[in-house]
Amino acid sequence: MDKFTRLEGLVAPLDRANVDTDAIIPKQFLKSIKRSGFGPNLFDEWRYLDHGEPGQDCSNRPLNKDFVLNQPRYQGAQILLARENFGCGSSREHAPWALLDYGFRAVIAPSFADIFFNNCFKNGILPIVLDADDVDRLFKETAASEGYRLTVDLERQLVTTPGGHSISFEVDHFRKYCLLNGFDDIGLTLQHAEKIKAYEEQRRQTEPWVFTNA
Amino acid sequence: MSAQTLYDKLWQSHVVHTEPDGTALLYIDRHLVHEVTSPQAFEGLRLAGRKPWRAASILAVPDHNVPTTGLPKEQAGVQLSEAAEKIYQRWFKSIEDPIARLQVETLDQNCTEFGITEFRMGDVRQGIVHVIGPEQGATLPGMTVVCGDSHTSTHGAFGALAHGIGTSEVEHVLATQCLLQKKSKAMLVRVEGVLGKGVTAKDIALAVIGQIGTAGGNGYAIEFGGAAIRALSMEGRMTLCNMAIEAGARAGMVAVDDTTINYIKGRPFAPKADLWDKATAYWRTLVSDQGAHFDALVELDGAAIKPQVTWGTSPEMVTTVDGKVPDPLAEADAVKRSGIERALAYMGLQANTPIIEIAVDKVFIGSCTNSRIEDLRAAAAIARGKRKATNVKQVLVVPGSGLVKQQAEQEGLDKIFVEAGFEWRDPGCSMCLAMNADRLEPGERCASTSNRNFEGRQGQGGRTHLVSPEMAAAAAIAGHFVDVRELMSEVK
Ligand code: SF4
Repeated sequence: MDKFTRLEGLVAPLDRANVDTDAIIPKQFLKSIKRSGFGPNLFDEWRYLDHGEPGQDCSNRPLNKDFVLNQPRYQGAQILLARENFGCGSSREHAPWALLDYGFRAVIAPSFADIFFNNCFKNGILPIVLDADDVDRLFKETAASEGYRLTVDLERQLVTTPGGHSISFEVDHFRKYCLLNGFDDIGLTLQHAEKIKAYEEQRRQTEPWVFTNA
Repeated sequence: MSAQTLYDKLWQSHVVHTEPDGTALLYIDRHLVHEVTSPQAFEGLRLAGRKPWRAASILAVPDHNVPTTGLPKEQAGVQLSEAAEKIYQRWFKSIEDPIARLQVETLDQNCTEFGITEFRMGDVRQGIVHVIGPEQGATLPGMTVVCGDSHTSTHGAFGALAHGIGTSEVEHVLATQCLLQKKSKAMLVRVEGVLGKGVTAKDIALAVIGQIGTAGGNGYAIEFGGAAIRALSMEGRMTLCNMAIEAGARAGMVAVDDTTINYIKGRPFAPKADLWDKATAYWRTLVSDQGAHFDALVELDGAAIKPQVTWGTSPEMVTTVDGKVPDPLAEADAVKRSGIERALAYMGLQANTPIIEIAVDKVFIGSCTNSRIEDLRAAAAIARGKRKATNVKQVLVVPGSGLVKQQAEQEGLDKIFVEAGFEWRDPGCSMCLAMNADRLEPGERCASTSNRNFEGRQGQGGRTHLVSPEMAAAAAIAGHFVDVRELMSEVK
């Protein structure tokens, strides 16, 4: 996983609540057995006017000009600004894969759905929860000035506006540590292999039926 | 020891290790796997030169991509054997989409390579992952159950701690048998009273979501309790826990009681003989203690719940069958108002339309929410001796597993459906998410027993109204939504 330390990037606003993972990456793209290549199909049904299918060349598909990510001023955005309950619905990790592949490294919203939130950290995307009022202000500022950029500092847990206003955010210590170092969870967990084995042994005694072969 | 919730007990009994910030390594007892969210996890495992920690904990099944037609007749009711392999191959090749076929094939190969039990296409035990786990007794009380699928919350109906996980977590569980997890807060949803006739677990679920919203359960594990829950069958409890994720909660659960234990008895993976008594003695402790602390309490009066119908593009956009499509002008909050406006435009609905005046083009009875035998019985009871309305183009009835299908056919339910002009299909996810060939065309309106009415969920431009199996069957017969309670009093 890529490290995440500090990011200074262009902001794109997606002004809808309850954006679900079906919208982030529609189901037909879930047939892929790879982790990459989902970027061109991020928000496929909102972004294009035709119906998308996997394996298609997206460069000549008709674009929905009204969709925010298609506006020239938001090209190259790395920070997505969103409303509450972002990433609800299906557990598909294809959603963060698509965001990452598109170029987003951070998502700011008043709240996230749990599974999506978790999936972000596994892929080097930082989901940031800010107060609804702060998010609202960021939406207004983004709309008001073209080329609006934010700085995200994970170490200091701060989002800083171009005007120099800093907003602090919470992040679990363990997740922060993994993200800052780009650590792979599995490697860290396997350091506890002996503990896992001991636990397993004890459960085999107390609840042997759990270990019946599937 | 102070009073504990069911969630506390399940959590505590699975913690292997805790980081200083409270992040825990939680041991996983049962890992369910399907073809869509697992290929990248197996690939990661292979690339790192790792093997599954405990392959015996895994049960795999293809469900999302499988076609619901074309299962060869001679195959019905057979567990996959070498002799049956040829038939399987023939059916398998009938998956027209090569990318989907590759995904199913990849699951088969991964399971063979790593020695994992899989119910392949054509095996009578194949079906939707959340139907077959409980059906096989692979889901047991006191277990932690995970699957790369958000509706894993279903399995919490058994007094288990069941989470949907992402693909990286699937790989993590494969490699370590553990999940990194922070403990959630505990919410009790208490439904007292007796449900009215024609009111189901699905209606409880939608009523709860209508009350707390799709984000209401974010950060919580929900326990469903109260007299109305106790009175539900296991099928009903599964329907309810299935929808916990639509309320934002990663896990939903119901305490163990006689209903739980009677359901499990005799299932293939359930403990036998002397282990059975030991197991049930333990399982009976899996209830929240008197006076246990919940961080949030939501109360509903079961007797007051009416059949529910969603009108929008999120499960929280729901009302009662005697209600109307809302008027965005009546909404003060600007973000919500624009959400309603967008949903009505997508759904092709006018504000203030009575729900019973909404006509449907298609009906879908199936999905991990409502495709168990009890759901099919309920739909058949409404359809018996009737015909679908002429304006309804298609009614799909998709059983949750090969065994559910077999059972329904033994009871003659398939005939009732076919005589009503419904299509009786082979098991799979089908039009719940339209990854296979079953889908809505743009603009088509569907009464669906599934769990998500998101834009495009059942096919691009498709319009989904979530309802119970009874309400779906009634809409198929009438051609528009009807209050199933009135139909039921007619029958009486
Ligand atoms: S039936 Fe629908 S919700 Fe359930 S597992 Fe299949 S696709 Fe997911």
